[in-house]
Amino acid sequence: MGHVIIKDLCKDYVERRAAPRTANNHSAVDRGQQLRVLDQVDLEFHDGELVCILGPSGCGKTTLIRIIAGFEEKTSGTLLIDGKQVKGPSSENIFVFQHNGLLPWMTVWENAGLGVRKMGNEAEKAERIQEYIDIVNLSGFEHHYPHQLSGGMQRRAELARALVVNPEVLFMDEPFAGLDYLTRVKMREEIINMHEYFRKTIIFITHDIEEALTMGDRVVVFTERPAKVKLNVSLEYPHPRDFSCSVDLEQLRRTVYEELGVHHAL
Amino acid sequence: MADFRYMQIVLPLAVFLALGIVWQCAASFSGWSSAVFPGPVATAVGMWELIANGTLLQHSVASLFRVTLGFYLAVIVGVPLGMLIGWWKTGQVMFNALIQFLRPISPLAWIPLALLWFGIGDKPAVFLIFLASFFPLLVSTITAVNHINSLYFQVAANFNFSPLETVSKVIFPAILPELLPALRISLGVAWLVVVAAEMIAVKSGLGYLILDSRNALRMDYVMDAMIAIGLIGICLDRIIVQLNRIESVSWGSV
Ligand SMILES: Nc1ncnc2c1ncn2[C@@H]1O[C@H](COP(=O)(O)OP(=O)(O)OP(=O)(O)O)[C@@H](O)[C@H]1O
Ligand SMILES: [Mg+2]
Repeated sequence: MGHVIIKDLCKDYVERRAAPRTANNHSAVDRGQQLRVLDQVDLEFHDGELVCILGPSGCGKTTLIRIIAGFEEKTSGTLLIDGKQVKGPSSENIFVFQHNGLLPWMTVWENAGLGVRKMGNEAEKAERIQEYIDIVNLSGFEHHYPHQLSGGMQRRAELARALVVNPEVLFMDEPFAGLDYLTRVKMREEIINMHEYFRKTIIFITHDIEEALTMGDRVVVFTERPAKVKLNVSLEYPHPRDFSCSVDLEQLRRTVYEELGVHHAL
Repeated sequence: MADFRYMQIVLPLAVFLALGIVWQCAASFSGWSSAVFPGPVATAVGMWELIANGTLLQHSVASLFRVTLGFYLAVIVGVPLGMLIGWWKTGQVMFNALIQFLRPISPLAWIPLALLWFGIGDKPAVFLIFLASFFPLLVSTITAVNHINSLYFQVAANFNFSPLETVSKVIFPAILPELLPALRISLGVAWLVVVAAEMIAVKSGLGYLILDSRNALRMDYVMDAMIAIGLIGICLDRIIVQLNRIESVSWGSV
């Protein structure tokens, strides 16, 4: 399960900021005016798909997945996960935050156990937590606090916490932002492997076009705000993907660059 | 490292020693009799008398008892109330003005009312100490709750935390690093106020010792009581500072 249907989804923010008014200042947004962020978005994510979302900064990617995850209200349209309306955050859909999503007063072990804290059988619970801590390679750091871990380890701990729940949908908002290149590549690999293994729907926001094309089963590209779907392609290439071997993939890469406004792609 | 620790004890002691010398010189050259301005030696003799006959211990215990009681009451009422008001945005709008109105009124201004309501004895003193530490604690708790990163509430919502869990697993641990300095300050204020409270309402405590010694014209005892107040103040402060070492709190200082 983890089938997401989005139809005609719109989101308006009411602009509360008072723009300083000078003679030649024509602010893009006026006070009290509606600011449209998502404009009639139609998307369908299949069960177990790893969807990568690309788009210019400030176009509404975070807004979209916050709405799907139930953290934000939509203005209009339909949003169904497994046929059910989304009414609010739920532990079936776990959000991996861009940074510092771990609770800093809890150890890795306690953080990872949040999703199974109501599980009755202690032994089974401990086994499950340990299993996922091992999967993300954090064995030996169970009793460390987040501030005692590196940035990459924190991301992995958060990933473990999300996976322990066995969520239907996993949301990741630029989870690798701020990581160095090597860690990033390794984390990519870990997520791909983990996804092949668990087959959960993952919605993954990134700014990195190569990353989206190497990881995704589907790549969605948004326009500038108000965000509309500009490109929505399903990628059926096996992993690992190599741009120099696949002509189609290379062609797609150029297209995505162009769609995002870079015309002289490398 | 060992050197550093050693210096941490030696340097402050040197300052105290210097203060003692300045004090002795001031007392010797002031031309006042030692009944008016006792020097360190006279004060030390007086201190010995007070320790030997148990007076000092008895008064210190009385003061500590009132401070502890009043302070604990303030913590027990102020912190949960602050968490509630801080969490509940409407509550903040409702109560903020009232709190800011009551806060600048010195606890000492409440003395006549405290005496009238609670009579003579421990109760008015405890009440004043409660007031003195309650408002700083309440305000700091509310502020600390407002400073909690909203991300943590989203995590709580994502993992279906009940309101009780949100309080015990998110709000309370999240405010602790900010709460400890507030506890430290309000305990200091409580200790300031107890002396004033004991000068009016009771017949025991270090405040009473000062007043009583003044009436008996024993300025050396007055100074002894002041020294005891200072020393106990240091100890109370140290105890709270130790709480910072708890590991689930130390994230705040990173
Ligand atoms: N709470 C809010 N109130 C008003 N406007 C908002 C709010 N949150 C976001 N916006 C507006 O919505 C637009 C989209 O924001 P969003 O965070 O979804 O962008 P994004 O695509 O995730 O950008 P980035 O790639 O830089 O993270 C922004 O232009 C912003 O001004
Ligand atoms: Mg974003």
